[in-house]
Amino acid sequence: MRERQRNLQGWLFVSPWIAGFLMFTLYPILTSLYYSFCDYRVLTPPRWVGLANYVALLTDRDYFLPSLWNTFFMMIELPLALIIGLTMALLLNHKIPGIGVFRTIYYLPSIMPVVAVAVLWLWVLNPQYGLLNAVLTPVLAPFGLQPPGWLADPSWSKPAFIMMDLWAVGGSVVIYLASLQNVPAHLYEAAEIDGAGAWHKTVNVTLPMISPVIFYNLIMGVIWTFQYFTQTFIMTQGGPQNSTLFYALYLFYNAFRDFRMGHACAMAWILFVLTLVATLVVFRTSARWVYYEGERG
Amino acid sequence: MATGTLSKTNGLTGWRQSRVWRRRIAVTAVYLVLVALSVSFLAPFGLMVSTSLKTEDRIFTETIEWIPNPIRWQNYAEALQSFPFLLYLRNTLFVCALVVVGTVLSSALPAYGFARLRWKGRDVLFLIMLATIMLPAQVTMLPVFVLFRTIGWTGTYLPLVVPPFFGSAFAIFLLRQFFLTIPQELSDAARIDGCSEWRIFWQIIVPLSIPALATVALFAFIGAWTDFINPLVYLTDESTYTLAVGLQTFVGRHSSEWNLLMAAATVVTLPLMVVFFFTQKLFIEGITLTGIKG
Repeated sequence: MRERQRNLQGWLFVSPWIAGFLMFTLYPILTSLYYSFCDYRVLTPPRWVGLANYVALLTDRDYFLPSLWNTFFMMIELPLALIIGLTMALLLNHKIPGIGVFRTIYYLPSIMPVVAVAVLWLWVLNPQYGLLNAVLTPVLAPFGLQPPGWLADPSWSKPAFIMMDLWAVGGSVVIYLASLQNVPAHLYEAAEIDGAGAWHKTVNVTLPMISPVIFYNLIMGVIWTFQYFTQTFIMTQGGPQNSTLFYALYLFYNAFRDFRMGHACAMAWILFVLTLVATLVVFRTSARWVYYEGERG
Repeated sequence: MATGTLSKTNGLTGWRQSRVWRRRIAVTAVYLVLVALSVSFLAPFGLMVSTSLKTEDRIFTETIEWIPNPIRWQNYAEALQSFPFLLYLRNTLFVCALVVVGTVLSSALPAYGFARLRWKGRDVLFLIMLATIMLPAQVTMLPVFVLFRTIGWTGTYLPLVVPPFFGSAFAIFLLRQFFLTIPQELSDAARIDGCSEWRIFWQIIVPLSIPALATVALFAFIGAWTDFINPLVYLTDESTYTLAVGLQTFVGRHSSEWNLLMAAATVVTLPLMVVFFFTQKLFIEGITLTGIKG
């Protein structure tokens, strides 16, 4: 009786989440799988078409495949954000006066509403009068070069987005910083006794100790990249020449502009499988480079 | 320090001094890098504020004028007029309030169940919940949209404010991590006194968890304030817009009036900055809590 009561109590406390999970996660996942095999235009009931949506997408060289490629391209941002974020966190980890002010400054861009960031960067990236090119023009002039048109130029639009995102790297800096401060001091002391310098301490103590956080950030980064939407929706609407037509944006267009729910749901499911595969790959390789305390010695 | 072993001509003090100097140089180098980075991080903000105060003819200049001359405060008044800021602010605050209340309430209860009670199926459910944090929103968004459309909720705030009342996986995870740090003896003592779990939750755990609950509230607030795609999809009447969607429509209408656009962007950003300055500690604590330990 006590056993049953205890179980009931547990389920009762968790019940709000269970209800939410069934309504807003499980039901939609299964329904979107069904829709992905249908021709569904919202206003008329879904009609079964088998694999037609998937075939149409995977052979679509004009929109779908470019959107996938564009999204993969944006993954360049992940190692960049990792290196820059870690370097900044290591800098901020010095116990010197005024360090809190710097931490706040670096964090600020990451709490700015994305819509406001997009508006601001439209101006920063303006090819003629923008801040970025005002800085670059005198630097490039001696080499006879001119700064690119950024969002107006298909080959520079994605790097422009990457730069804008790196401006908001502060969010992960704070996470790295928190994990740096969790590294036990005695490990550094031991390394010092063994004669390790700053570089060796970073590579042999710090990085292994914070590798779980790096790992987590990497996975979330992959997922985040696939959901990249607001910035491109506001700033470029996918242009120029579809160079910033990212996965989530094309999915949105399918669902809410062209009302092709079947197509959009097939895209959602391909995305689901891709994230799953990406996560598994990172997980499988993580044993080699992620160190969990308590797992081994 | 290796005293005694050094007996060269300049002696111990000289060695110490060179060490002090080396440290000073290192600290100066760190400061220089920190300042250089700060300048590049702050420059866009500076540009935003300075452009927002310029007259139309001073915006497009050969070199950037950081100090606007003349200063035109009128831009803010104009931006707020062509963009019903107060109305959108009210809408945003209304949505934020409900989202915060819903998220905190409905995440604390499951978090308690996951952290402080032992029952069959707990660990499996917890794993499933963790997995949903990684689920891309796009996978669930479309059928949920169809569902809300079918029951006639599009064009209302209900799709924005009802789901939070079913908990957020991230908030549950964060609170669970915090609840785990509260000594089990407190609950055991209360149980011996015949306290129900419900009372233990309300009278012991909740009062001890105010900082963690505040962190969750803060994250929920910022999430709701900056949310773009949901208001975009569900709000159809312009008078119901939130600030994020309102700002986007504003961009569409004033695409090259950079002074007005920057004024609007400043106004949408400012409240969040103010909130951040007063709650910095909570932020850092929340991030440390989810610092992927345990």
